[in-house]
Amino acid sequence: MIDFSNWDIVRNLLFATQWTVLLSLAAFVCGSSVALCLSAIRLTRNPVMVRFVKVYIELFQGTPLLMQMFLCFFGLSMMGYEISAWGAAILSLTLFTSAFLVEIWRGCIDTLPKGQWEASRVLGMNFLQTLRFIILPQAMRVAFAPTVGFSVQVVKGTALASVIGFVELTKAGTMLNNATFEPFKVFIFVALIYFALCYPLSLFSQFLEKKYHVAR
Amino acid sequence: MLNFSDLLPYTDVFLGGLLTTIELTVLTTFLGVMVGTLCASIRQYGNKASRRVVTAYVELIRNTPFIVQLFFIFFGLPSIGFLLTPWQASIIALTINLGAYSTEIIRAGLSNIPKGQWEAAKVLGMNFRQTLMRVVFTPAFEKIYPALTSQCIIVMLGSAVLSQISVQDLTYAANLVQSRNFRAFESYVVTALMYLGLAMLMRYVFSLIGKRVFAYREVR
Repeated sequence: MIDFSNWDIVRNLLFATQWTVLLSLAAFVCGSSVALCLSAIRLTRNPVMVRFVKVYIELFQGTPLLMQMFLCFFGLSMMGYEISAWGAAILSLTLFTSAFLVEIWRGCIDTLPKGQWEASRVLGMNFLQTLRFIILPQAMRVAFAPTVGFSVQVVKGTALASVIGFVELTKAGTMLNNATFEPFKVFIFVALIYFALCYPLSLFSQFLEKKYHVAR
Repeated sequence: MLNFSDLLPYTDVFLGGLLTTIELTVLTTFLGVMVGTLCASIRQYGNKASRRVVTAYVELIRNTPFIVQLFFIFFGLPSIGFLLTPWQASIIALTINLGAYSTEIIRAGLSNIPKGQWEAAKVLGMNFRQTLMRVVFTPAFEKIYPALTSQCIIVMLGSAVLSQISVQDLTYAANLVQSRNFRAFESYVVTALMYLGLAMLMRYVFSLIGKRVFAYREVR
């Protein structure tokens, strides 16, 4: 058996952390892009489309992220679509992230007075112009803090990718545990690294909330 | 290509898993909200040292993934002498997790109570405990009830992870079935829908309870 020093454990965990970070970033970027599209769709007030977004939110907020990952990974491959663990993790995290972000942003957009829309309309702006020049700049200020706050959930969500065999921080932790038989130490290290990733985000979100005086 | 009828022989497996998930959810929702109420009260009204301890607990849990907490409790604690069954580890992990989140939520409710309420209660001769129980808690909970409901549902959905330490919950059932009949997609779709139903059911039950608990607002 190879002996692992504390430094060996931490070194290996830190090496795996880069995949956690990368997966979080990818999921967050993809998730917010999808959420942006869905928000725009929702704002068109087309009843069919609004209904679709509602069902989408309900579906992906109301089912476990783990189940979505299983569906994307095992389910899709059984259906004949080849997908890697990395792809399945990004896909499911994108669905999960976008469903929550649309809901968060909806709250932010709806806090803007209706007069903003009407005034833009009177000034002859079309839908996209109103969105681009009037609604988004204001909504973004409000949305900043809760979005950063939600990014913590995304980072924590990536831990589930370990279950479908993607080697990120948690998976590295279980593997090291199997090699060293020191679960207590290993999982404390894992938890501390996650904490080091998430806590600054939480603090930043709190700071933003104070800065913009947003009552949630 | 899709064939859901292959799942029919496994109805019992699914129902067993569903029952386990419901049992765990009911138990830990109750325990977790109790822990949350206690910690929120400490954080709002306690002395400096105890507030620090509660804040550390809340931040530590809120900034680490549930699965890591679960592994730490199930694999880590036995190595220093606390032997736990998967069931015990699940209850502890879920309670600690919901406890931390609900602390944060309930504290927001408590801090929303106007000072005048406390002063009025004092004038009426109520002590601290009476004021909390009879004056403060009900409106505080009413204010944060929707957020608390959502959090409880999120924890219920999070309990899918428990299958990883071989708790025989709904996800475990799904994995078992798909390993037997290789109908992964169908099995997971059905399970996901069951979770969805469970989430909706929880929202409904919470709203029923809420209507009853917060009925004092209605004119009689």
